[in-house]
Amino acid sequence: MSEIKKIKNLKEFSTSADRFEGANLLCPGCAHSIIVREVLNATNDDLILSASTGCLEVCTAVYPYTSWDASWIHIGFENGSTAVAGAEAMYKALKTKGRLKQPDRVPKFVAFGGDGATYDIGFQWISGCFERGHNMMYVCLDNEVYANTGGQRSSSTPIGSSATTSPAGRVSYGEKQNKKDMLAIMAAHGAPYVAQVAPNKWKDMVAKIQKGFAAEGPVYINAMSACTTEWKFAPEDTIAISDLATDSLVFPLYEIINGSELNITYRPKNIVPVRDYLGAQGRFKHLFTKQYEYLLDEWQTRVDAKWVQLQRREEARV
Amino acid sequence: MADTMELRDIEVWDGNMAAAQALRQAQVDVVAAYPITPSTPIVEGYATFKANGYVDGEFVMVESEHAAMSGCIGAAAAGGRVATATSSQGFALMVETLYSASGMRLPIILNVVNRAIGAPLNVNGDHSDMYMGRDSGWIQLDAYNPQHAYDLNFIAFKVAEDHDVRLPAMVHQDGFMTSHTAQGVCTLSDEVAYNFVGEFQPMNDMLDLDHPVTHGVQTEEDWHFEHKARQQHALMTAVMPKIEAAFAEFEALTGRKYNVVETYQMDDAQTAVICMGTSVETAMEVVDELRAQGIKAGVVGIRVFRPWPLEQLAEILKNVKAIGTLDRSSPHGTVGTLYNEIAGSLFNTGVKAVLNNYIYGLGGRDLTKAHLVGIYQDLQANAESGTLTTPLQQYIGLRGPKLSFF
Repeated sequence: MSEIKKIKNLKEFSTSADRFEGANLLCPGCAHSIIVREVLNATNDDLILSASTGCLEVCTAVYPYTSWDASWIHIGFENGSTAVAGAEAMYKALKTKGRLKQPDRVPKFVAFGGDGATYDIGFQWISGCFERGHNMMYVCLDNEVYANTGGQRSSSTPIGSSATTSPAGRVSYGEKQNKKDMLAIMAAHGAPYVAQVAPNKWKDMVAKIQKGFAAEGPVYINAMSACTTEWKFAPEDTIAISDLATDSLVFPLYEIINGSELNITYRPKNIVPVRDYLGAQGRFKHLFTKQYEYLLDEWQTRVDAKWVQLQRREEARV
Repeated sequence: MADTMELRDIEVWDGNMAAAQALRQAQVDVVAAYPITPSTPIVEGYATFKANGYVDGEFVMVESEHAAMSGCIGAAAAGGRVATATSSQGFALMVETLYSASGMRLPIILNVVNRAIGAPLNVNGDHSDMYMGRDSGWIQLDAYNPQHAYDLNFIAFKVAEDHDVRLPAMVHQDGFMTSHTAQGVCTLSDEVAYNFVGEFQPMNDMLDLDHPVTHGVQTEEDWHFEHKARQQHALMTAVMPKIEAAFAEFEALTGRKYNVVETYQMDDAQTAVICMGTSVETAMEVVDELRAQGIKAGVVGIRVFRPWPLEQLAEILKNVKAIGTLDRSSPHGTVGTLYNEIAGSLFNTGVKAVLNNYIYGLGGRDLTKAHLVGIYQDLQANAESGTLTTPLQQYIGLRGPKLSFF
């Protein structure tokens, strides 16, 4: 096992070796690039990467350019996980056969996918990879919508959000379903490490990525990725919105080890009301009307209940 | 190091075992696969070799055919020898990734044990899946019996992995009729087989950690066309000479001769049946009987289906008066594939052969010698009159009223 990279402070972290170039086509204010950089910069080891079709893919590998200074592959929308699993299988085969070109170096295998590629169309492929136990990390860039194609709902889209295929209107408050609990599902696969991260809490995130890299077997990281375009907030507010998400506990930060041991890794000193988080984004603005404001209370109740559940799981250690 | 398997000079193998043995002897680095009838015994056989120490590559049993080809693509891009097998519905599920594999120029070998595609669901052999692969950018080789299924795998690896080619290749065999019918198969020793295929030479391999590569990029109207055109150019110019060279080298090694287009009694043939798979050998038997009666009949078997041997066929068919094209797949809205392809091969050559089309054997229905005798009678009548004496498209062995067209 290689050494874990030591990171002292944000300044050092932000200037460490850059294998994801700033030259990309992502929207100004997009959290994807922050997350990807935090994942890649968490290790000095070699990386073999994949991306599923989506914002990250179409914005970073437009021929004849690439934003990636590490080997990277994209096949389709649903199979970014299996692409990297195939590469990992080849690594094992060539290691067994003594044909690796750099036999002393042990690369990390990381797949990136949006929530559409993860919660919806690629769900089966990810499940297969985790069941088979490939030594890989899957990072979901969770912006809760099909952002690349203009804002259609996914099964990660939260209730009450207005998406283009679940729009709010005269007789509809928008998305009707609760967000799928992807972390619980991945933990139920018996994965050695599952965690939710947010780019604004970079120390927490890097610690989790490094734990993930140190684990043997498939690791699932759900990374909240605030989307200026589809959540409808100003590009300069990405981190402020992310702070509201983590401090309101809409995105609680926690980890699940070996499918059972749950640890909450961030407890806000001052918990912010959920309505402050919702009110800062255009996708929820219709909830702040007489017709739909009852949903705000439901939202708060749901977030509170989840927070209680997480704390009970943490105490129970099962 | 995997153990060597001692083989008899002639083993009694069905097509599936022949293919599994070829994959073992090629020392494939990664097989990612999903079972489906009738190709399942290929991956079962391979798994058994692995379980007994005869394979030291990785065998990844995935959760669908789409994932199987996805894993193969990731493994091939990482840099090594990759193969798998499938049939029918599984092939259909794979189709999206077939285009990815060829577009990314990754030399993967896919054994396709041909089977009908539902609905109605059917497990038996026809050529619907093979035809579905036509436009996917893969090389397609067709085996008529277990020996071919064995030999063509070695040739497929050699051609596909050539750095002037870098395209994936399918080796087709007929479901059940070849895949589950045991015959004597002349074997190669493990060493001779592996030396023929050669050591895998990586190119743009992701696992070369000093030289990172980006695979599977986005191109729009600015570059997409050039990528597709280069792929087509390679398929149309580089592949056929490499196949012919591999056939020649294989013949020198084994004495077994393969041709881009297989012919039987075609030198002076006035009528010819053109078909694929197991039907070729049935037609050869019928031609022997017809020749004994003085009828100048011949058989043309397509060995290389993609790239299509346009010029070779024009040459072979230049003196034939009537041609029957036999398609083991429903064309669903046009004439059969072989009819279309042969018509395209002959159109600018001045050949005025009368051409007609037979749809036969769907869902595994037998094509009997009696059926073929009837077809040759049609062709003889067409040859003598110089014009179509039958409907252009007819069904063979179909119960109920005649449903011919045109």
